[in-house]
Amino acid sequence: MDEKKITSVCLLAGKIMLKSGAETHRVEDTMVRIAIAFGMDKAQSHATPTGILFSVEETAPTNFTRIVKRSTDLHKVTQVNSISRSISEGLITIDQALQQLEQIESEIHAYPTYIQVTAASLASGCFTIMFDGQWIDFSPAFIAGGIGYSAMVYLQQIVEIRFFAEFLASFFIGVVAAFFVHIGIGVALDKIIVGSVMPLVPGLLITNAVRDLMAGHLVSGLSKGAEAFLTAFAIGAGVAAIFLI
Amino acid sequence: MIIGQFVTSFFASSGFAVIFNAPKRSLFQCGMVGMLGWSVYIICIDQNIDAVVATLAASILVAVLSQLYAKLQKMPIIIFNVAGIIPLVPGGLAYDAMRQFVENDYSLAIQLAAKALLISGAIALGLVFSEIINQIIRRIRWKKLKEV
Repeated sequence: MDEKKITSVCLLAGKIMLKSGAETHRVEDTMVRIAIAFGMDKAQSHATPTGILFSVEETAPTNFTRIVKRSTDLHKVTQVNSISRSISEGLITIDQALQQLEQIESEIHAYPTYIQVTAASLASGCFTIMFDGQWIDFSPAFIAGGIGYSAMVYLQQIVEIRFFAEFLASFFIGVVAAFFVHIGIGVALDKIIVGSVMPLVPGLLITNAVRDLMAGHLVSGLSKGAEAFLTAFAIGAGVAAIFLI
Repeated sequence: MIIGQFVTSFFASSGFAVIFNAPKRSLFQCGMVGMLGWSVYIICIDQNIDAVVATLAASILVAVLSQLYAKLQKMPIIIFNVAGIIPLVPGGLAYDAMRQFVENDYSLAIQLAAKALLISGAIALGLVFSEIINQIIRRIRWKKLKEV
């Protein structure tokens, strides 16, 4: 079978998964499985958060793909997963697989932005309650979280550096929360802020980083940890700017 | 009070599932996994068990439930894992630590950061733990089958 085609299917599958926030070991596993299904038993793959190396055989040329933007999109992970399943079961040919993967890559988000913002607001409000806040703090956190998340979504499109978008978004959250407490809606400023920044906080990244380290993916673990640290720093700095003013 | 915690953790987890673009038919299960994990955590905290241990227990439950749902729904396990651990993740602590750093209270900041790191370690350990148990069970079954 055509080696080039197999390589491009594997690389595309890996790229989509890594871009969508799948774990490193799962990306490597899926790529090798697809290759094996097409008869390449000695395929090797090495994935890091910023790029993937892949070769179908030990002596074959190694191919590389670069990952620039990362986000979490579990829908795409699921789709690639089901394609990899049907490849392993021999249900689809290599051309069909390539076509379907290309379609997945070009698709945009399944949920419209307003639903995402609503979900973020709801989660913010709920987190305030979970962190021992009172119900009176629910609505300020709801609104502040929604504003913060929509600011983040908007700023990410116009600002190249993610750090800065996160900084500004959490600054807005701080301003809104302080405003609500000032006019008397809401009591505990700290609880409101913690709840509202939760949709931005890199909690998942921290956990994934530790998990990658434990699984022996040292490069991925350290780089994810660095990313998480930068994000946490941006958020902390953005909120602290409120306390300094 | 405790019912409020259940309800809010359910909505927080499924809200995050929406943010992470999880498929529609998994949203309810994501909320359930998150809620059950969080309820184990708060029950442990109520019994004065340390937060790290409580998180470990909760994340093991989250991992087991996720594996169950992943098998039932034929979806990758990461969907349920991610949503389930969201309430446990020490995002609040990480944020608190950073705030203390920015406000020049370094000793408190280091304390909080160390705790956040330990808790995320506990979550990761819980997830890996259940995976390993699953693997062991599968391998033992394989061996038995081969012998027969």
